[in-house]
Amino acid sequence: MDQGLSLHSDPISKDLYSVCVHCGFCLEVCPTYQQLGNENESPRGRVYLMKAAAEGTLPFDESVIDPVFNCLDCRACETVCPSGVQVGTLIEEARGQALSHIKQSGLEKFLHDLFLRKIFPSPGRLQRIRKLLRFYQVSHVQQVVRRSGALRLLPTHLREMEAVLPSVSRASARSVLPKESEQTKGVTKGRIALFTGCVMDVFFSEIHMATVRVALRNHLHVSVPKDQICCGALQIHAGDREQARMMAKHNIDVFLQSGADYIVLNAAGCGAAMKEYKELFHDDPVYRERAELFSSKVRDIAEILLEVGYEKPKSRLERTVTYHDACHLAHAQNIRSAPRELLRAIDGLTLIEMNDADRCCGSAGIYNITHPEMAAQLRERKLADLPHNVEVVAMGNPGCMLQIKAGLYAQGLTMDVVHTVELLDEAYRLEREVQ
Amino acid sequence: MNHMQLVSKLTAVLGSNQRVLHKENELYAYECDGYVAQRGRPRAVVFPETTEEVAAIVQLLHREKVPFLPRGAGTGLSGGATALNNEVVISLVRMNQLLHVDYDNMRAVVQPGFINLQLTKQIAKENAYYAPDPSSQSACTIGGNLAENAGGSHCLKYGVTTNHIVAAKVVLPTGEIAELGATYGDALGYDLLGLLIGSEGTLGIATEITVRILRKPQAVKTIMAWFDRVDEASDTVSQVIGAGIIPAAMEMMDQLAMQAVDKSNYHVGYPADIEAALLIEVDGLVEAVAAETDQIVDICKQHQVRAVRVAETDAQRALWWSSRKMAFGAMGRISPNYLVQDGVIPRTKLTEVLARIREISVSSGLRIANVFHAGDGNLHPLICYDASIPFETEKAMMVGSDILKVCVDVGGSITGEHGVGIEKINDMHYLFTEAELKAQIAVRAVFNPEDLCNSGKLIPKPGRCAEVKRASTMISQHLETYIKTSHGSNSHSM
Repeated sequence: MDQGLSLHSDPISKDLYSVCVHCGFCLEVCPTYQQLGNENESPRGRVYLMKAAAEGTLPFDESVIDPVFNCLDCRACETVCPSGVQVGTLIEEARGQALSHIKQSGLEKFLHDLFLRKIFPSPGRLQRIRKLLRFYQVSHVQQVVRRSGALRLLPTHLREMEAVLPSVSRASARSVLPKESEQTKGVTKGRIALFTGCVMDVFFSEIHMATVRVALRNHLHVSVPKDQICCGALQIHAGDREQARMMAKHNIDVFLQSGADYIVLNAAGCGAAMKEYKELFHDDPVYRERAELFSSKVRDIAEILLEVGYEKPKSRLERTVTYHDACHLAHAQNIRSAPRELLRAIDGLTLIEMNDADRCCGSAGIYNITHPEMAAQLRERKLADLPHNVEVVAMGNPGCMLQIKAGLYAQGLTMDVVHTVELLDEAYRLEREVQ
Repeated sequence: MNHMQLVSKLTAVLGSNQRVLHKENELYAYECDGYVAQRGRPRAVVFPETTEEVAAIVQLLHREKVPFLPRGAGTGLSGGATALNNEVVISLVRMNQLLHVDYDNMRAVVQPGFINLQLTKQIAKENAYYAPDPSSQSACTIGGNLAENAGGSHCLKYGVTTNHIVAAKVVLPTGEIAELGATYGDALGYDLLGLLIGSEGTLGIATEITVRILRKPQAVKTIMAWFDRVDEASDTVSQVIGAGIIPAAMEMMDQLAMQAVDKSNYHVGYPADIEAALLIEVDGLVEAVAAETDQIVDICKQHQVRAVRVAETDAQRALWWSSRKMAFGAMGRISPNYLVQDGVIPRTKLTEVLARIREISVSSGLRIANVFHAGDGNLHPLICYDASIPFETEKAMMVGSDILKVCVDVGGSITGEHGVGIEKINDMHYLFTEAELKAQIAVRAVFNPEDLCNSGKLIPKPGRCAEVKRASTMISQHLETYIKTSHGSNSHSM
């Protein structure tokens, strides 16, 4: 297909790309431009190409598609852009256009359909995979596979990830947690509905448990809607907007029905996507309004604690910690100070800032799988920026956690990688010992 | 030599095809720099990483008579890095290392692709900084600053780039490597480094740059003052200087500029009805800074200031500065396109010239915002236009030219810090006599004998005068017709 980008419904928005005045302030915060120095791989360059393709002056071939897919969608450019160009939305729209008429190779298409259309959107399938993975981990199969050397068949970056995959818990948080918290006495700060996500609930259900404990400790009523499904962020990032809309509609209905004041989550990527459902439905007369209402209730866990007020832990936690800003917290949701404030509220904990804490670690959804080379370069930069004297790296996104863990493993380093809320949970749990 | 032969030779010099862009569609993003009104596609883009590679590429291009030009971050505002002659663009962004810092003697050596603000960041731990601070300093390169002799807010007290570069290793347009200037003291002979700085990439390509760095002042105070009327703000500027104070910076924004930037991430909250905001910074010894701050606040009060405040925190100061520095980029909030002009005037003519700019805005129907270095008399009128309206780009360019003529008429100049590039090349005729331009052309011919290095920038070619005049007459005829036909229905009036 050689003509402009508007062949498919949901074309990229003229209103969005025409805002760019080509000033170049975005260049130096763009991780791919920093690595490559190529204008095609910069925000301003990508906007220029998307605009040209939309206007039909540039054929819609790999010269546009590659830069659009090489973007991490980290949104650092949006933080600095004085004109307010919504690069993330443009990239996602362009990917939507691209996906509708580029030919994926057999394997790509198979993997895309398998993960983004069959597994992530289906809680039942996810549970079966979770069980398989758990079997793989707790039986001797993992050890046998590791010993057999079969993993050597995997590319290095996947091998490193396999090595640091957290243990899959016996059951997902969504199935274990009661539908409604029993605690109603002392609930003064409002009702939250916890979003559990897809991959998050397979590998990081412990973080959900910690989130619930912290919320209850701070006088929030917690519900866990059972019918919820994956948020669609990975589909949006990959350009599969049709699938994402189906999933988003389902979640909007389920969560609005729950009657909660806030929809709370602990994964930056999901949070950003759910706050931006509005853009996903910008041309949908029915769901646009519902999406806006839904998005207005979405809060990250750090954000909600600051908003409704949290209690300072009465214990001490002697740790030196550095904090990594997940792109979709810092750039997409502008949440920077809340997690740091929570960490500083813990007595005994020393927070040491790292250089360029808000530069992407290379994880970026499934970018580290689709673009291993660039992801590895960014991971190395991130590791080089970690202060040497810290024991713990805290952050607010599971994708970054896996990426940084894999990097530390590859370099033989032994820092702990935790979610911010886990440290807070630990501090609250220690209170009992203090008393 | 055909295209593919050239590409394979360039690739052979750089040793990797990753460092040569040459397919038509991957050159699209290199059509223009920060100046978008005129565009041109380069023949190829190459990414050298050492002085020797730059020299080898230039030797090759010189030998083959292929035009070329250097490019940094492409944030320039006069089209200095735009390929008009199908040039090979020599991108210096991968030469981005800080090579050496000598804190005892206050010198730093950088590669040309090193980002301006990074220098200050990296030497901050030793309490040092680099003074020239163009608004685009978070993205622009020191090599680009050298080429354009860039300025910035703090030039009022500290001087422009040429006052801070002491030496440079340069690849001449013939491919030879020369070291110009002197790290310490004055260089002997002709001031060739002075000639190179501000030559807009027409006399050579700097590949190693030695700059002067400074100790951070003991104290800094930043003052924000809001005025109901532009005249009062202008008079304040004159009186501050008249009182013998040289602030580190003295910046002004008018109403339209404030409105644009207040819509951005850098929201200050300017009252909607004030005509001008002044941002004044003083630095130096603690006692002097305190006394000067009081004196400036008093002067503001003598000029019916609506409100005047001194920044209380670093965060507040940073926000005020971001609001000023991001104002150009924020024009996208109120206009699909803009053209930034860069005229210089005697400071005392500020009120008069701003009034003339207002008249030009009204008569052309194009909105004009003003953001500028008031202390230096360096104006930046931002001409808002919509390129999708036929002939509006040309109209904006003519408005820009008209404003520059006003600046020249009151005794000023057509550029303070952005360079001439392609944008103002015809205005050079208004500023210089033919004899003066001939002298400049003669100098250029010494260094750039084949005129392959960034041809068509800075100095107009004599042979082209007639052509240029014909083209501009044609455009003005079109414009007149356009203005007549659209009279009364223009949605862009003030």
